[in-house]
Amino acid sequence: MPMQYMETIRARYARLGYAPYRWFEASTPSAWKALSRPLARLRLGLLSTSGAYVRGQRAYHYRDDCSLRAIPVDTPDTALRFSHITENYLVDARKDPGCILPLATLRKLVTRGVIGSLASDVFSCMGGIYSQRRVREETAPAVLDAFKAEGVEAALLVAM
Amino acid sequence: MSLVARHLEENGIPTLCLGSALDILRAGQPPRAAFVDYPLGHSAGRPFDEADQLAVVTAALRAFEDITTPGGLVTLPNRWPEVSWAQDSESNESGDTRQPRDESPQWQFPEDREAAIAAGAWQA
Repeated sequence: MPMQYMETIRARYARLGYAPYRWFEASTPSAWKALSRPLARLRLGLLSTSGAYVRGQRAYHYRDDCSLRAIPVDTPDTALRFSHITENYLVDARKDPGCILPLATLRKLVTRGVIGSLASDVFSCMGGIYSQRRVREETAPAVLDAFKAEGVEAALLVAM
Repeated sequence: MSLVARHLEENGIPTLCLGSALDILRAGQPPRAAFVDYPLGHSAGRPFDEADQLAVVTAALRAFEDITTPGGLVTLPNRWPEVSWAQDSESNESGDTRQPRDESPQWQFPEDREAAIAAGAWQA
């Protein structure tokens, strides 16, 4: 049976005296936009909520940092870093970023013709933000603008 | 993540969310979701296993074409090889860094701070 993260984390935070985390719980179905053409012909964008950044960029802070980082799609693994409020889940990612940030994998899928092309930058933010309002008002519009500027036609979002 | 996916979709960009927390994905009801039953922190495949990373992401991307209604979710066939991970994950309390909650950047390496200063991304 899959892990019950919400229940487990609620109990853990209560025990540790942390403020309760409120996950977004949708009450209405989402909007729907069909692919404009097959994946093999479109330009894909990537957003990772793993708190990835590139050496030389500012790391994330842990007080609801809602900011984005643009990560050039050809960034070598050796220049990728992570900072995230729940960094206990990033032990492996810090050794092999590919297990959370599929840059090399997506480049391979372009070579193989599965994906048409990739935006020149992928984007990362830090998940685990307490303020849903700030995600709605800051992070989501910033991601939309970033993808539009890159001509992204479909987006893969990879959670931490 | 679901909030961002829903916003993108509302504004004309089709999205697919790949994640390994089924309950959180279900709660957020993003337009399309692919669930991989791996320990958190490995949504894009097993570490140091290029073949598995390729398999996970390829299978997830297929959901772009397989899911046809909002809120659709597919479960990937990939299996984590160790059986004890769920237990380990539940007992892993010490590393959850919900503190300190201030605005100082938390670089992975102290040296990253120097690199950010040199690049003009941070002021000492």
